[in-house]
Amino acid sequence: MRLTCTVNGREETVEDVWEGESLLYVLRERMGLPGSKNACEQGECGSCTVYLDGVPVCACLVAAGQAEGRRVRTVEGLAEGDRLDPVQEAFVECGAVQCGFCTPGLVVQAHDLLARVERPSDAEIREALAGNLCRCTGYEKILDAVRLAAERKASA
Amino acid sequence: MDFLRPTTWAEALAAKADQPDAVPVQGGTDVMVEINFGVRRPVALLDLTRVAELGTWTSVDGRHRIGAAVPYSVIIDRFGGELPGLAQAARTVGSPQIRNRGSVGGNLGAASPAGDSHPPLLAAGALIEAESRDGGVRMIPADGFYTGVKRNALRPDELIRAFHMAPATGPQYFSKVGTRNAMVIAVCSFAIALHPGERRVGTGLGSAAPTPRRAAEAEEFLAKELDWAAPLAPALLDRFGELCARAASPIDDVRGSAAYRRHAVAVMARRTLSWAWHDHLGRRAA
Repeated sequence: MRLTCTVNGREETVEDVWEGESLLYVLRERMGLPGSKNACEQGECGSCTVYLDGVPVCACLVAAGQAEGRRVRTVEGLAEGDRLDPVQEAFVECGAVQCGFCTPGLVVQAHDLLARVERPSDAEIREALAGNLCRCTGYEKILDAVRLAAERKASA
Repeated sequence: MDFLRPTTWAEALAAKADQPDAVPVQGGTDVMVEINFGVRRPVALLDLTRVAELGTWTSVDGRHRIGAAVPYSVIIDRFGGELPGLAQAARTVGSPQIRNRGSVGGNLGAASPAGDSHPPLLAAGALIEAESRDGGVRMIPADGFYTGVKRNALRPDELIRAFHMAPATGPQYFSKVGTRNAMVIAVCSFAIALHPGERRVGTGLGSAAPTPRRAAEAEEFLAKELDWAAPLAPALLDRFGELCARAASPIDDVRGSAAYRRHAVAVMARRTLSWAWHDHLGRRAA
């Protein structure tokens, strides 16, 4: 089937999409957007987190056809040109990246948290990121990065 | 594989009637896992995300009528006060991303014995509104909805439109055993709902039998023995726990042993009743 949706502000159309495939597969394999990572394919790890109509979801659990006519925003769509989003900057500065595989999902999920909550408590950060697994277990620096991004956004 | 995308409830019912094998998909948190892993290859997916009615809620005869697609995140935000047991269970579902997509309707459709929303639906006496093009609307009590492991009372041409639940008239609690706070399929779970006006206590067991189920004998015991003006007698609390454990018929599996589950059900039953009773007496005193 054909699928048309808006991805990072641009309307995209892809052909020959299998009815059972996921939005994640379409993004990575058909649209050349490999930022969202494919790890568990069962919603356990959060590595494929994208915005669907403004709501963070696991792209691996969205049937491709469910994205028809919808707006998708991936990690590739957070920066403005060469200017990284404050969340991305903070991840770089805090060294909140080890192997990097979980990073895109964490960045999108943290981006959503800071869009909703200006100064999240540690408990709120932990709850918001509870569905994003880092197998390097680099959580402390990830928490540092979210705190730093929150501080900067709030004082900007 | 066909991909059917009705945009109205009538179209959805027609699609299901014409193609009863079509698998309804909403948040995809169960269905897409099975497809991703090749466990299931349905002849057709019936995408319900375009049926706007399913994401809305209204009040009918003093009960909330909540659309099958209303996600857990909305249940938590909008119904934490009036449906506290269900909202507590909703908070334990998966992760924020999963709660943004998963719904009570999906939980009911999948009918997994471990589904988090089932125990509070049972304890509160929820009704499930099913409908088909040719058979019309059927109201199915939660108690009669679960028929086997991942099986429910829906006919092949029926879809779940909504569930109905009265605002709580007494304290409600949900308890769940798992290895961590997030992303946990229940090892076992338990819900309790006090109905002080009827001098009745409702229960629901999860992941402790082939289906979610009530502890009927334990409910009857409390209806007979409970003094609604007095503190809980320790012996009564113990007996309640025993009867709830006896209602379970768990299995050994990767998440836990049958013996552990039976034990944990008794513990959760005693705890949730104690919490609820504390609130109940507090409200009487206030």
